[in-house]
Amino acid sequence: MRFLNRSAGRISRHRRGPLAGLLVLLLGLLLTGGLYTVFAPAQADTTASNEELVQEGRELFLVNCSFCHGQNGEGVRTVDGNQLGPSLVGVGAAAVDFQVGTGRMPMAQPGQQAPRKKPTFSDEETAAMAAFVASLGPGPAIPDESDYSIEGLSAEEREEAIVRGGQIFLTNCTACHNFTGSGGAMPRGGYAPRILDVEPRYVYEALLTGPQSMPNFSNGNLTPEEKRDVIAYLESLRDDPNYGGFGMGGLGPVAEGMFAWIVGLGILVGFAVWIAAHSTRSKKEKVEA
Amino acid sequence: MTSHEGENLPEKRPGSGELTADPVSDPGLPAHTWRPTDVDARAEKRAERQIAAMFGLSAVCTVLFVVSYFTLEIGEVTTTIGGLGASTVALGLSLAGALLFIGIGIIQWARKLMADHEMIEMRHPASSSPEDREATVAALNTGIEESGIGRRPLVRNSLLGALGVLALPVPVVLLRDLGPLPGDALTKTIWSEGMRVVRDVTGTPIRAQDLQVGDLVNAEPAAIFETDEEGEPLVEGVELHVAKSKAAVVLVRMEPDDIVHGEGREDWAVDGILCYSKICTHVGCPISLYERTTHHVLCPCHQSTFDLADSARVVFGPAARPLPQLPLAVDSEGYLVAQSDFDEPVGPSYWERDSR
Repeated sequence: MRFLNRSAGRISRHRRGPLAGLLVLLLGLLLTGGLYTVFAPAQADTTASNEELVQEGRELFLVNCSFCHGQNGEGVRTVDGNQLGPSLVGVGAAAVDFQVGTGRMPMAQPGQQAPRKKPTFSDEETAAMAAFVASLGPGPAIPDESDYSIEGLSAEEREEAIVRGGQIFLTNCTACHNFTGSGGAMPRGGYAPRILDVEPRYVYEALLTGPQSMPNFSNGNLTPEEKRDVIAYLESLRDDPNYGGFGMGGLGPVAEGMFAWIVGLGILVGFAVWIAAHSTRSKKEKVEA
Repeated sequence: MTSHEGENLPEKRPGSGELTADPVSDPGLPAHTWRPTDVDARAEKRAERQIAAMFGLSAVCTVLFVVSYFTLEIGEVTTTIGGLGASTVALGLSLAGALLFIGIGIIQWARKLMADHEMIEMRHPASSSPEDREATVAALNTGIEESGIGRRPLVRNSLLGALGVLALPVPVVLLRDLGPLPGDALTKTIWSEGMRVVRDVTGTPIRAQDLQVGDLVNAEPAAIFETDEEGEPLVEGVELHVAKSKAAVVLVRMEPDDIVHGEGREDWAVDGILCYSKICTHVGCPISLYERTTHHVLCPCHQSTFDLADSARVVFGPAARPLPQLPLAVDSEGYLVAQSDFDEPVGPSYWERDSR
């Protein structure tokens, strides 16, 4: 307190001087100008790099994606009206991050299923293409980790999130992805992939953008919190104790029943036939004692 | 048939009128051959030792089972034995061995050491002997005579009457389940005019503008989540489950140009948002296996496929009719509501239902 009072006294002593006002004005101008020179070029730099990123993405896009998706991402239709590649206007950066980041795009060949494979592009290249596609029209952005992480929640809130996420999962996701998240068959040879080991970011992006045949669960459909809860539930499934043994895909009674009936009973029947077919007989006569 | 009868039979011996006793000589059973264990005392001893060894091995496996049960850690040990878990593998193999060796031992015992001779059991008539039958009839007659059932019609008739009346509860109890008639329970659901369409699980209303093309919402009528002033649910218990199972819907948004509106259903969609019953019309499985690219929804039970862009027409599978469509509208706050209940019964067909 004493110090503040003393400094206040010192300033008021200076202000008594005749040139004090001018000095303050000069100092103020100098400070503003200095701050501008420090910050203004930095902003100019970011815009330039974003434009560069879009440009780089456009070049990559033209070489790798435009054959199916069109040179401006408008999509390509075949003569018989089928879609070769859908329009990418408005799918957003999230769709690119999902499709290219999980290696689904570029596809190895056109078909019912775009299986996950080793990504073709580096993270930087994916980001550049995402920036280019995002520039085509407004769409969902790549989610931030804070969107799908339950790190910041208390233990009780986490528990609640997992329970709610489980109910949402069982209502909306199990039809295709199975109640353990291990995937399932879809029409015309397709399949819904196993989602138990998918990174949270990609689950979130898949929900947002609805890749391939999957319907989307936009923020107006499932709120960001509900999506986060679904991811929390999936993570909790991963923590389920594994008791070992053959899981047989965790697909339920069909796979296990098939194994028991075909392999299990098959071995028993084979064993019985083998026992009945083998019998040793002696040519000797029994000597009665 | 009768003309051919006797063709394959041997000729009658002239004048005798009798068939030959045995036209084909009975070949009898093949000569018995002995097993090595029957003729060789050493082989017998060896088989005995083998069988005992099998039983011994079984006991060893059982002991191993108990030991591995207590020593090996159960649960999160998937790094051992190729990810299968040491405990799982040890328990499975030791118990399988314990049972298998007992089985092998018993079979070996039966085939090598137990009696090995052919047994013949001659057929005999299924009926009892005439003496037994006569005795039974006599006992029955004595009983009838002593009870006087023929001489005392009052007792007999009142007993018959009581037994007749006793039969009455049988149809009453058995047929009770046939009634009361369901009334309109099969044709009506809880949906009504102006009822909001809400998300399943969370019960939140859905704003039409918030949905995007390609969205799929598993939805329910708002009435299912309504509560009274004290926060108690208005519909609960069995009633809730019945209401929910009949009224469940899927809500999809697609490009309005993709929709082929059914006759008289032109104003049932809101900006490309369509609402259909979630209950398959085949045997009533809940379905939401939806492909946004084809607008098809597939029932996982029997592969019935419905085209949601075309009034849920059946494009594949055993379902006989399309999924009922719920007419949609938007209320003053922009939330999706039902224009009315379904205009046809939801779920599988039934006898009284007009087939359409």
